[in-house]
Amino acid sequence: MNLRLALLCTALLLASLAIGPVDLLAIAQTDPALARTLFVELRLPRAGLALLIGAGLGAGGAAAQALLRNPLASPDVLGPASGAALGAVIAGYFLGGGVLGMAMGSLAGAGGGLAILLALAGAGSRAGGTTRLVLAGVAVSTLFGVAINLALSLAPSPFALYDLMFWLMGSLADRTLPQLLLAAPLIALGLALLLRAGPGLDALTLGEDVAHSLGVALPALRRQVVIGIALVTGAGVAVAGNIGFVGLVVPHLVRPFVGHRPGRAILPAALAGAALLLAADIAIRLLPADLNLKLGVFTALIGAPFFLWLIRKGL
Amino acid sequence: MAGSLEAHALARPPMLAAVNLALHPGTMTGVIGPNGAGKTSLLRALAGVSRGPGRVLIGGQPVQPHPRTLAWLPASRDAVWPMTAAALVALGLGPSALLDNAAVAAALAACDASQLAGRSVDQLSTGERARVLLARALVAQPAWLLLDEPIANLDPGHRIDVMLLLAAQAARGAGVVLALHDLDLAARCDRLLLIAGGQLVADGPPAEVLNAAHLARHFGVQRGGGGQGWERAAD
Repeated sequence: MNLRLALLCTALLLASLAIGPVDLLAIAQTDPALARTLFVELRLPRAGLALLIGAGLGAGGAAAQALLRNPLASPDVLGPASGAALGAVIAGYFLGGGVLGMAMGSLAGAGGGLAILLALAGAGSRAGGTTRLVLAGVAVSTLFGVAINLALSLAPSPFALYDLMFWLMGSLADRTLPQLLLAAPLIALGLALLLRAGPGLDALTLGEDVAHSLGVALPALRRQVVIGIALVTGAGVAVAGNIGFVGLVVPHLVRPFVGHRPGRAILPAALAGAALLLAADIAIRLLPADLNLKLGVFTALIGAPFFLWLIRKGL
Repeated sequence: MAGSLEAHALARPPMLAAVNLALHPGTMTGVIGPNGAGKTSLLRALAGVSRGPGRVLIGGQPVQPHPRTLAWLPASRDAVWPMTAAALVALGLGPSALLDNAAVAAALAACDASQLAGRSVDQLSTGERARVLLARALVAQPAWLLLDEPIANLDPGHRIDVMLLLAAQAARGAGVVLALHDLDLAARCDRLLLIAGGQLVADGPPAEVLNAAHLARHFGVQRGGGGQGWERAAD
């Protein structure tokens, strides 16, 4: 299945690179330098970010569900997603940080959310850890959500408010090469941490006590997964804003194909998440431009009814 | 096989007062006591899955968790993900082990669960799931088996089967420690630990521990007249 998903990702990546408002091949005939610039500065970042952020969302969702042993978990539940959004909002709109500033703010927000979460959940202790982690995550997420609303109401100008709201809806339009180069290593590192946690997360299926007796170092595993989720989520939110439902839905799509082993679902969830986000980003580019549909809105519009259908089918 | 399992001043206040024990490989030790006596607290402490005062040593060394060293079977029969019984049993081989289909099949067969191998664990009855989870504990052939109520939820035939299976595990040299409520089957153990009020109140062979005074005092029962099972003890 992983090979088929990888092929699908490759096909969608090529399609994403080929689709745009202008015909790059035609431009290349007359002005190769312009065609190259358009490709490297616009097409490549958009397609590359869809691939990476989708992979991060899928893997982050699968890892969150495995760690919390809860099929309704997603990176949003753990807090770093809303922390990242808050950090980016503060840095980008109140400190005038620009692209790099927003990215740093987002990572700081994800890290801050994570630090509060770990402190509240007592990550060093083993007993009852995951339940406390869920509760702490919900509390941290709610707090950050309210803080984002406060930031919106304190926006320095109506234009800033408008920008801010659109950015929070999630989009990959007009992203640039530096944003891709910034996000790529962070998401790659996060993915590597999550994939390495797979066998330990499989053992966690049997409960924390049994996983411990099988030799899984639970505090280290929990740290590794939460840091991995913070990296993929923080980097993703930093450049694309909030993109909902991919992290929640994708693991449910792939888990039946890996015998419902939650750790083994991380790689296919990454590939399926990448394919889904590439496809969604292509779809919104093919829709009429005056609709101005944002990627995050689109994924939630498709994802939520689909998830309801999954629940009705018996998940 | 590893050496003896020793508990030094092991305590989990307020559930379990300090206890010193030496358990030996090749024997089947039953842990009995009324509800809330501290049996699970003792087993969890021995298995190293709860933190607190005291030390547990195997062969004189602190326990390094490993599938072949010690298997812990909690009383819970929950299964979060709907994986097959065979996949669940395979998890008992440990996170870094290669899949050993022969070991999985043997463990399922030992627990009379071969016919359940391909079924999703969320579709099994509680008793069937209990047998699959026991197979998970056995699959890596651990030196020590610490089992919290492995025969609860089982029908009478499978209860006897499991007791015979655990005796066979002891015969191969494993140390078996199990909590159980069935006092008739407890008599099949080599040694019984009677826990009451968080204290180890009796430790010895079943004939000695299951005496009328202990039964009446700690369980409130006595053997019925004419071999008619159990009845409430007179105050």
